[in-house]
Amino acid sequence: MTINLTLLIVMGVMFAVGIYLLLERSLTRVLLGIILISNGVNLLLLQSAGRSGLPPIVRDGLVAEDYFDPLPQALLLTAIVIAFALVAFMLALIYRSWVMGRQDEVADDEEDRRVAAAVGAYDPEEDAEVGTETSEFIDTVDPATGSVRVVDAAERNSENAAEDHGVDHSTGEGER
Amino acid sequence: MEVDLIELVPLAVLLPLFGAAFAFAFYRNQSTQKTITIATLVATAVLEILLLSEVWVSGTHAVHLAGWPAPFGISMVIDRFAALMLVVSSLITMAVLFYAVGQGAAEEKQDSGPVSIFYPTYLILVAGVSNAFLAGDLFNLYVGFEIFLTASYVLLTLGGGEARIRAGVTYVVVSILSSMLFLITIGLIYSATGTVNLADMALKLSQLDEGTQLMLHVMLLVAFGIKAAVFPLAFWLPDSYPTAPAPVTAVFAGLLTKVGIYSIIRTETLLFPGEQLSTALMIFAGLTMIVGILGALAQTDIKRMLSFTLISHIGYLVFGLALSSVIGMAATVYYVAHHITIQTTLFLVTGLIERRSGTSNVDRLGGLAKISPVLALLFFVPAMNLAGIPPFSGFVGKLGMMQGGIAENTWITWTLVFASVLTSLLTLLAVARIWSRGFWRKTEDAEDPGEALAHKTLAHARAANKRLLPVQMIAPTALLVGMSVAFTVFAGPLMDFSRDAAQDMYERTPYLEAVLGEERVDGVREELVEFTTHHVIDLETDDDGAAEYAPVRTSLEPDSAEGGDD
Repeated sequence: MTINLTLLIVMGVMFAVGIYLLLERSLTRVLLGIILISNGVNLLLLQSAGRSGLPPIVRDGLVAEDYFDPLPQALLLTAIVIAFALVAFMLALIYRSWVMGRQDEVADDEEDRRVAAAVGAYDPEEDAEVGTETSEFIDTVDPATGSVRVVDAAERNSENAAEDHGVDHSTGEGER
Repeated sequence: MEVDLIELVPLAVLLPLFGAAFAFAFYRNQSTQKTITIATLVATAVLEILLLSEVWVSGTHAVHLAGWPAPFGISMVIDRFAALMLVVSSLITMAVLFYAVGQGAAEEKQDSGPVSIFYPTYLILVAGVSNAFLAGDLFNLYVGFEIFLTASYVLLTLGGGEARIRAGVTYVVVSILSSMLFLITIGLIYSATGTVNLADMALKLSQLDEGTQLMLHVMLLVAFGIKAAVFPLAFWLPDSYPTAPAPVTAVFAGLLTKVGIYSIIRTETLLFPGEQLSTALMIFAGLTMIVGILGALAQTDIKRMLSFTLISHIGYLVFGLALSSVIGMAATVYYVAHHITIQTTLFLVTGLIERRSGTSNVDRLGGLAKISPVLALLFFVPAMNLAGIPPFSGFVGKLGMMQGGIAENTWITWTLVFASVLTSLLTLLAVARIWSRGFWRKTEDAEDPGEALAHKTLAHARAANKRLLPVQMIAPTALLVGMSVAFTVFAGPLMDFSRDAAQDMYERTPYLEAVLGEERVDGVREELVEFTTHHVIDLETDDDGAAEYAPVRTSLEPDSAEGGDD
């Protein structure tokens, strides 16, 4: 079976970049990762047809090897349509998640958080006090409701959040 | 004019799809939607029962869509196993639909968008599941998976509340990833064999060299393993299922993971028979059982607890299908049907408990047995059944698997037998905890009893039952409990049927003949027969029923299969 090397390399790069993006916390990047992976898979399906050939319309004097295998393209079309629908749905989910919580991140698992709190785990990458998000939407006043939304990044860093609140309280009490 | 019943097989998929389309068309009128959905599901169930009765006697059949012969066209195959799964799934979905109608889940306040989507989506889910069960080629199986998964994404995030969106994102990403893996495997298998037809593939895969076979085999198992929630690929499940509305969770827990198991069984029997990976599968089965049930014991929320028991019982199924004996596979077939019913029933009952008491946290429950004896009965029967207490069907299935494990008589099967006994006991502990806290103790003993549980007198509490536990919700649950008891009552014929199904799957020739035609199979028949007799134990069942009563007789080694007979 003959394989187009260029397509193979492109496919490999798509998978690699897609998997890297999939491991990010930001949902939009996860989505981009999914798009890349699904396109990588599409390329893989395309290549399973082997080398290129004549269109599969029966003509006299041609042996089977001269034709191009049309089946992978049919599979490919179906796969593209399905991936398209899923990506559209994911986008809707992400948009909804953003509308509800102003967050574009994969949420922490509650159980994990409880376990981490119970054993006092400290992960420098997760818990270190650094600005975890630089989005312009953080802690801004929601024009629709007038309420201030705290994004999950701050919530997750619960010590941080507690401190912030603590500061507000202590200054208030200090003035009193 | 006589119509061959088997020709109607594609209707099992088409009816729900058309039903969904009609239901969408009446998006403004929920009662019409409701009628259409119920009528469609009833028609599908009747059709599938007829198909089952046909297949029960005559075995495997295939339908070649549009008359294109296999392996060129798309074929749909119905064998005994597929027919049983179809019937069980359509009965389950019907009962859950009645429950949902009773609960008014479709009219939930959150679902107040311009289009009401619950009923059509539900029908699409049913169509996808049927398509996966009937698929005769790998790509059609993928399409079936995608249809019901897409419907399940919508059902899981119904209403778009914050918790559901959060759970939905995890679920969708994990499912998409497993689908991608599946698709990659399809691409690789097509490059290696040049076919996507399962029967054709079964013949061609065995000619590949062993390394390639192993890689394709593992990739398929991983893709299906994520869908079936086998440890360590199961952690998405307890995070996503419990947030959905009760009927949706019930049908997900009952059906969706079992489609994964169904595909694994097909992989293990049809595509890659033999036992290259049996030991590995059994190790994962044991881990799934133990880790799952330990997770269940750590939970206080009934829904999460049940999600973990679901994972742990997937372990039983993987154990059963990894056994290369007819009795093991027969028990698995029986256990899949039993487990779909039981798990769905328990989630429906949990929905009732939550509705009655305002919470599903066992620490906040109490006194339910006194307040509502009916509810207690509805919980008690499936709970004991889940734990595998004799004489319930859970016991029958587990016994069969253990017999298969003992018959194989290797260190791993003995380990698994002990693991499954242990898991049974721990399951009993888990459900007994729900029982003793939620039902048996007094309401006052709970630290912070659910608000709906506080009543002045017993008479007040009983009066509130009528409002909180409407008969439209009790009746479908009771129906399912009855169905689970029927699995016990009719265990004899059902076990015989499962045995036939298992034997068909191991022999492979019925499946291949139905799809490819006899001439094609005749060329390789000897190889197939030799392969099967070499690998599968206790295939002879015409020994005056001795196998029925003493299936612990043969073992894998060929010499003892001949000499070790009594």
